[in-house]
Amino acid sequence: MSRLKISTPNAAQLTVERLYKDLERHIIASPPGLCPVDLQLSFLKLCHAQTCGKCVPCRVGLLQLQHLMEDVLEGRATEETIALIEETANNITDSADCAIGYEAAHMVLAGLEGFKEDYLHHIKTGKCSYTITQPVPCVALCPAGVDIPGYIALVGEERYADAVTLIRKDNPFPTACALICEHPCEARCRRNMIDSSVNIRGLKRMAVDNARANTVPVPKKAAATGKKVAIVGGGPGGLSAAYYLELMGHHAVVFEEKSKLGGMLRYGIPNYRFPRERLDEDIEAILSTGVEVHTNVTIGNEEDDMSLSDLRKEYDAVYVAIGAHTDKKIGIEGEDAKGVISAVEMLRSIGDDNPPDFTGKTVVVVGGGNVAMDCTRSAIRLGAEKVGIAYRRRQEDMTALPEEIEGAIAEGAELYSLKAPHKIEADENGQVTAIWVEPQIIGAIDAWGRARPVRAEVELKRIPCDIVVVAIGQGIESRHFEEAGIPIKRGVLQAMSESSIENLPGMFAGGDCVTGPATVIRAIAAGKVAAANIDEYLGYHHVIPCDVEIPQVNYADRQPCGRVNMTEREAGERKHDFCAIEECMTKQEAAQEAGRCLRCDHYGYGNLKGGRAAIW
Amino acid sequence: MVNLTIDGKKLRVREGTTIMKAAASVGIRIPHLCYLEGINEIGACKVCVVEMQGKTKLITACNNPVEEGMVLYTNSPKARSVRRTNVELILSQHDCSCATCVRSGNCNLQKLANDLGILEVPYEKEVQYHPWNKEFPLIRDSAKCIKCMRCVQICDKVQDLHIWDVQNTGSRTTVDVSQNRCIEESDCSLCGQCITHCPTGALRERDDLPKVFRALADPETVTVVQVAPAVRAAWGEALGLPASAATEGRMVSALKQIGFDYVFDTNFSADLTIMEEGTELIHRLSDGEEHEYPMFTSCCPGWVSFMKSQYPEMAGNLSTAKSPQQMFGAVAKTYFAEKAGIPAEKIFSISIMPCVSKKREATLPDMYSSGAGADVDLVLTTREFGRLVRAEHITPELLEEMDFDSPLGESTGAGVIFGATGGVMEAALRTAAYVLTGENPVPDFQTVRGMEGRKESTFRIGERELSTCTVSGLKNARDLMEDIKKGSVHYDFVEVMACPGGCVGGGGQPIKDGEELAVVRAPKLYELDRNRPIRYSHENPEIQKLYKEYLGEPLSERAHELLHTKG
Repeated sequence: MSRLKISTPNAAQLTVERLYKDLERHIIASPPGLCPVDLQLSFLKLCHAQTCGKCVPCRVGLLQLQHLMEDVLEGRATEETIALIEETANNITDSADCAIGYEAAHMVLAGLEGFKEDYLHHIKTGKCSYTITQPVPCVALCPAGVDIPGYIALVGEERYADAVTLIRKDNPFPTACALICEHPCEARCRRNMIDSSVNIRGLKRMAVDNARANTVPVPKKAAATGKKVAIVGGGPGGLSAAYYLELMGHHAVVFEEKSKLGGMLRYGIPNYRFPRERLDEDIEAILSTGVEVHTNVTIGNEEDDMSLSDLRKEYDAVYVAIGAHTDKKIGIEGEDAKGVISAVEMLRSIGDDNPPDFTGKTVVVVGGGNVAMDCTRSAIRLGAEKVGIAYRRRQEDMTALPEEIEGAIAEGAELYSLKAPHKIEADENGQVTAIWVEPQIIGAIDAWGRARPVRAEVELKRIPCDIVVVAIGQGIESRHFEEAGIPIKRGVLQAMSESSIENLPGMFAGGDCVTGPATVIRAIAAGKVAAANIDEYLGYHHVIPCDVEIPQVNYADRQPCGRVNMTEREAGERKHDFCAIEECMTKQEAAQEAGRCLRCDHYGYGNLKGGRAAIW
Repeated sequence: MVNLTIDGKKLRVREGTTIMKAAASVGIRIPHLCYLEGINEIGACKVCVVEMQGKTKLITACNNPVEEGMVLYTNSPKARSVRRTNVELILSQHDCSCATCVRSGNCNLQKLANDLGILEVPYEKEVQYHPWNKEFPLIRDSAKCIKCMRCVQICDKVQDLHIWDVQNTGSRTTVDVSQNRCIEESDCSLCGQCITHCPTGALRERDDLPKVFRALADPETVTVVQVAPAVRAAWGEALGLPASAATEGRMVSALKQIGFDYVFDTNFSADLTIMEEGTELIHRLSDGEEHEYPMFTSCCPGWVSFMKSQYPEMAGNLSTAKSPQQMFGAVAKTYFAEKAGIPAEKIFSISIMPCVSKKREATLPDMYSSGAGADVDLVLTTREFGRLVRAEHITPELLEEMDFDSPLGESTGAGVIFGATGGVMEAALRTAAYVLTGENPVPDFQTVRGMEGRKESTFRIGERELSTCTVSGLKNARDLMEDIKKGSVHYDFVEVMACPGGCVGGGGQPIKDGEELAVVRAPKLYELDRNRPIRYSHENPEIQKLYKEYLGEPLSERAHELLHTKG
């Protein structure tokens, strides 16, 4: 008789394990707009199925919570029901033996707090206050609402120019977004329910690589209205507004402080991620609509080239899209030493073809965002002997895209995680010699779900270096705009959701200068919103159409199939130059990837409502 | 062209044709439920599924186009099984009280379940019951709703009023009044198009037949019934009568058989409307003022409701003339009551209308001008009329033809065409031309006829050019209003009917699932017009008598009091 046995999972256990994975992917692909109370009830049922059944609060309490929530959903509840849900959940939280019970109850409490309005709406009206307004997940999550299933289908048919034309209906920067968009569209892609999200950005890359934006003609403009709109800032937001305003028949005049157009696309994102000549393709197409451009012009107060009030007088409307281009300081001792530079400064000089020489230098980049990674990888390319990234949290807490972090590490960057900057040490000439950092341990999780670092009870650490690059975020040059009467709050311009400014008729603002530093697609979306509302303000109601015919769906069965990921030039080679690192898909790959799209515009709710906004 | 095979039949159809239509072209009628051509092609009920050779998943025939070389089976074991299961699932959430359902015998779900031989549903019954105001002219029974979304789509795409919307998500998804409103506070025009496109009994008009029976049973009450023009073109459908048997004379006969004391014709008051509205138009044209906006007809209560809720700032341009139904009511309880020596308060005035909105119109504040309660006490739809005839076990084809009673039964061809889009315009043109030139024009104004949603015409009448527009369907009406507001179009006179095709396509008309019958009914009205001895409203001898004996002249003080709204 053996005393011990090696246990191996049986078929049922293995199947359940696989179903857990399936469920995880289903949750990832949960569409926006669902009834939160109904969802919470489903979560609670799952949690209840996990109970072992020993303890009363968990075994019975979770069941009674379900009944009470069903009463809410069926319109049988009163405010007393909500009070009872809260009391019961609190008592389960306080008395359940293990996390299965108290965490389940905790989720109920979080929901009661987070969407109490919807609970009350169910009680008062017997209905849910949530509706699915845009049922195609990728389109719903694209800030600019680009017709993603449409262009994927076009790429699948190798109709690349049509794909570019279709993208441009909502986004005049197809190339920029093909190369560097953070692709929020992919997050809840329904394909996750089968295997994983469609590589949407990669397919867009396929379109713009095979039909360069500057070779695809822009649509016909509406008849000239005689209206003039000034646009302050020639970045993606300003140029998007200018493009649509021109298409609507208004004349857009862009004022750009720097010598070239493109904003952060030129002065923030390094060439190896987004080659300048590719940016110029988008800009060339935009300018072909007739946008008038004045570079090296600063809009500010009377001392500058032009003031905002001059613009208001001279133009029928003004759109402020100045972005976020000022540095943020760490605020530590020695920050003014020679060799400490800001990320903005470094990337701008690269953008102006006047890069610093880091040959043989040791560089430490402070920060954990995408800009920090851009600085790190640029420093490597500028000849630095060693580049490190000092970050006060863990690698997984970094806000940079994982592939950016991995790319930096592959190119030889050193990661100093859990190291908060303490002071910068300089020699007698004021030249940086080292950065001192405070080691941290990761600690409690805050209300936003992020683990906070706290000072570790160990000695400070000295990291010798010649250059410190501060990449901890950007601010907005807001002073002159405040003087011109634009309200400022927490350092950003205050614009309404339709991008107008309260009490300043004809004045609009959007993009990073309103939201704080964000993504290119959000700036583009803001420009689109501004163009539409400026058009209305000017007394028009132009529509932006697109006459590209979308291919019909195919009837292929949806067999699970891996996602085609983008490939990159090998690290050892690419780190020596600023040439593009990402490679485009092959036609074979693109055909397979496009075929993975489930066409939510046709299948599902999309063919009833909201599936395709053919015009805006 | 695309080649394919369906159930072993080889066929060739145009590219882009749906599988449903391709199959129909070779005589294969694929069963379906939610599908409504051009309006609702969403593949929701999954009844029209077919199997495609080589594919595991079935595809819906209603909204998927044919592909070159595809081989389809509409009755493969899998298609058969899926179709049956889906119908069973729908039935599990449907209140199958067919015996007491207004659509019994005219319900696609009932027919389908029966055709498939579903005698038992293997699933638990889970029917949604939501409260509804049963006094409202439009009734929605959530227990019968199969969430086909046709009502949502009709109201969005054809009527552009967006009264219905999908409510809730997940298992509690249903259809309800949009934006969390209740129906009373919505902008519903009561056009009834959602009812006529509902595949089941989830949507219907309020049933007013019990009140009719009460009136008929009371010996003290004198029942006076009027029948709208478009009713005569459709009433037979509700009774399964062949068109040749569904004559005006038999319709009158049936009403007399039921026991109504006086059977009159709304065509009479349509002629009266032309006298009033036509005169109003002529005054407006010759008042020397520049009118920014045209004068709009006011006989369609769905349209008037739409105008008042969507374009209140322009409602002042509606003609003040009441609709024929209301003019009839006002005249019946005054002029006729006096003439016949009946105390007005003893008269119970009933109208039979192709319309649901008329039920509300009769209760509006301006509609009590006779001083004897509501001018029209009760409004029945054509469908209710059909049910009334059936309840009275009348066999209409065996009835002898009879004439409408006098004097409010006398009418002209101009009155009868009110029931089709463009009819009011044409009738008005006939009389306006006479008034302005002293001569009758050729009665047929072909350019204002026909089913197109928007028709523009300019006429030279005497010295003057008259530019007109005729619109039916509220989406078309909205487009027109936007163009008028923008100033991109200018008209003198505009006729709007809320229902596509006008009253012949009205929301109170008999329902035949998947068929738009306005196009079949309208020619019947034009035929009646053609065969009428008198085709000009101003030549109606009883109208002439009414003015001579009672009203004086059009727009007189008394006419204003009885026949016009206060603004």
